[in-house]
Amino acid sequence: MTQFLQQVVAGLASGSIYALLALGIVIIYRSTGIVNFAQGEMATFTTFVAWTLVDHGVGYWGAFALTLVIAFAGGIALERTIVRRVEGGPVITAVILTIGLFILLGGLSNWIWKAEVRSFPPDRPFPTSAWDVGGVAISKQDAGILAVTVVLVLALWALFQLTKLGLALRASALNPTASRLVGIRVGWMLALGWGLAAALGAVAGLFTAAANPPLDPNMMRPVLIYALAAAVLGGLESPVGAIVGGLAIGVVLNLIVTYDTHVHLDLDRMRIPMAFLAILIVLLVRPAGIFGRTAVRRV
Amino acid sequence: MSRLATVRAAVTAVALVAGIVLVYFLPHADRIGYIKGSQLGVYFIAILGLNIVTGYTGQISLGHGAFMAIGGYTTAILVSEHGVRDLWTIPIAALVAGLAGFVVGVPALRLSGLYLALATFGLALAMPAILSWDKLDAVTKSGQEIQLFNSPHLLGKGFEDVHFLGRTLSFNHAVYYLTWGIALLLLAVAWLILRGAPGRAFRAVRDSELAATSSGVRVATYKTLAFAISAAYAGIAGSLFVIALAFADPQSFPATLSLTLIVGAAVAGLGSLWGVLAGAAFVQFLPDFAVHISKAQGVPDTVYGAALILIVLLLPTGVAGGLRRALSPLTTRLYTRSQSQ
Repeated sequence: MTQFLQQVVAGLASGSIYALLALGIVIIYRSTGIVNFAQGEMATFTTFVAWTLVDHGVGYWGAFALTLVIAFAGGIALERTIVRRVEGGPVITAVILTIGLFILLGGLSNWIWKAEVRSFPPDRPFPTSAWDVGGVAISKQDAGILAVTVVLVLALWALFQLTKLGLALRASALNPTASRLVGIRVGWMLALGWGLAAALGAVAGLFTAAANPPLDPNMMRPVLIYALAAAVLGGLESPVGAIVGGLAIGVVLNLIVTYDTHVHLDLDRMRIPMAFLAILIVLLVRPAGIFGRTAVRRV
Repeated sequence: MSRLATVRAAVTAVALVAGIVLVYFLPHADRIGYIKGSQLGVYFIAILGLNIVTGYTGQISLGHGAFMAIGGYTTAILVSEHGVRDLWTIPIAALVAGLAGFVVGVPALRLSGLYLALATFGLALAMPAILSWDKLDAVTKSGQEIQLFNSPHLLGKGFEDVHFLGRTLSFNHAVYYLTWGIALLLLAVAWLILRGAPGRAFRAVRDSELAATSSGVRVATYKTLAFAISAAYAGIAGSLFVIALAFADPQSFPATLSLTLIVGAAVAGLGSLWGVLAGAAFVQFLPDFAVHISKAQGVPDTVYGAALILIVLLLPTGVAGGLRRALSPLTTRLYTRSQSQ
């Protein structure tokens, strides 16, 4: 039982990273109808930006905050210059464009920061010790990652539900034409969505780097698959679904791999195929996901 | 035969002869040689296949590298374990990959557009891990290299010469002519499929599933068919790739291979057969040129990605589409003249 709880806690921590990335994917999907395959590579890129900042003497948490700002601005710039040209067009064009961004950003990370081993963050951002809660050791790093995720999600919820800007953001996603008629600058709202998604991705990237050192230019590829599985499981359109989906994927994968030590199916190496299987099953059984609405289309 | 048909037949014949001549002299061109020439052929076949399902039928596949892996592993296992001659494994690889494509094609019936892209992207990223899985040790050697001929793979050395029609060819030359012979054959097959009734049905499905259904096109049948044919093409490409390398391992079929094929298909111009050579040449030779910019690892990917984005934004129909637009006054004239007869 203790081991079970232990693994659930560890799974929640990695799951919250998937949830953050999935949340970014959902925000972009809701506002622009595009699944951003480059979400993971954007996160990697911004994590390397953070490394550069730290390398130039900025403190870790200062670099963390600065990176979020840079990612936010970068996401907006990306939408305004490139992505807006394929919005509302055929699905295939948008998919190929974000695949292009995936390849481009992956290439740039490898090019600019070359493939060498980097320890990042320089010191552990969270204390390495753990709390003992009834026999279950909760590492302060896991707790810290979870806490930051909760704060971010609450802040986002407040932004979307309690502010006028949030109302405009939701309105533009729901009905762009009507929003434009009441004077909302829909284009900028969509760009803001990309900025928020990029910033969420940056947090996911920074935490992925903190949880699995050393820094690796391909570190977000598996995380992207888990996040896509989380978003699909939650129903692509649902922010709550993305968070629940991310946590569920994190916990379930962790439990499967833990209990595999009894049955020896070598499932540790099969994490990505299992996530792929999850995507496939959800899409075949219930394409709308758990929290999504079943789309009824008039033909 | 109407004049238009005569002109078309003549153009096709000239193009075919030009293709054969091109293939004959290609290895002698600067920096190409037989090994790279074979790899170019492999890309040509795979992109041709991807184009059938994505370009003509409108079903996005981000996972065609996985079908190449299936074809390649079929060849590797048959040759190394069962001693089948490499040449005869090619049709079997096509069959196995085609079956896999059929299996993926069935869920694809329920998944349209975006969801299909998601599922095939997952397949592309999952394949290397599946190939390295311990439980598949009996089949795939769980990620270890499978040697085809029980000899160390020294590229261009160590392989026996091939005797064919009374001539003796070195291994690399034989693989080159084999690859391009099959490539030209598959181009002809693709052309025949696409110009006939199946091709019309594919395009109808792409342009509007609703309209296609209303006109009596069995959408489900043709989607699955396109997926199976296209996967079989990728399987043949993977098989030839493994024969040329003389070994198979998961690193030869990375997740990014599927994305590279998408780059090639976009450069080729989705829905065009003539651009496929341009697409294949782009993905095959770009890394050679990228070295001149910088020797860093990410340079080819940076250029691939930038090219893909530029094509989507500036030239949505790819190289072939640009050419077609440039030549359109000519073709319009031909077409109008035959109409007036």
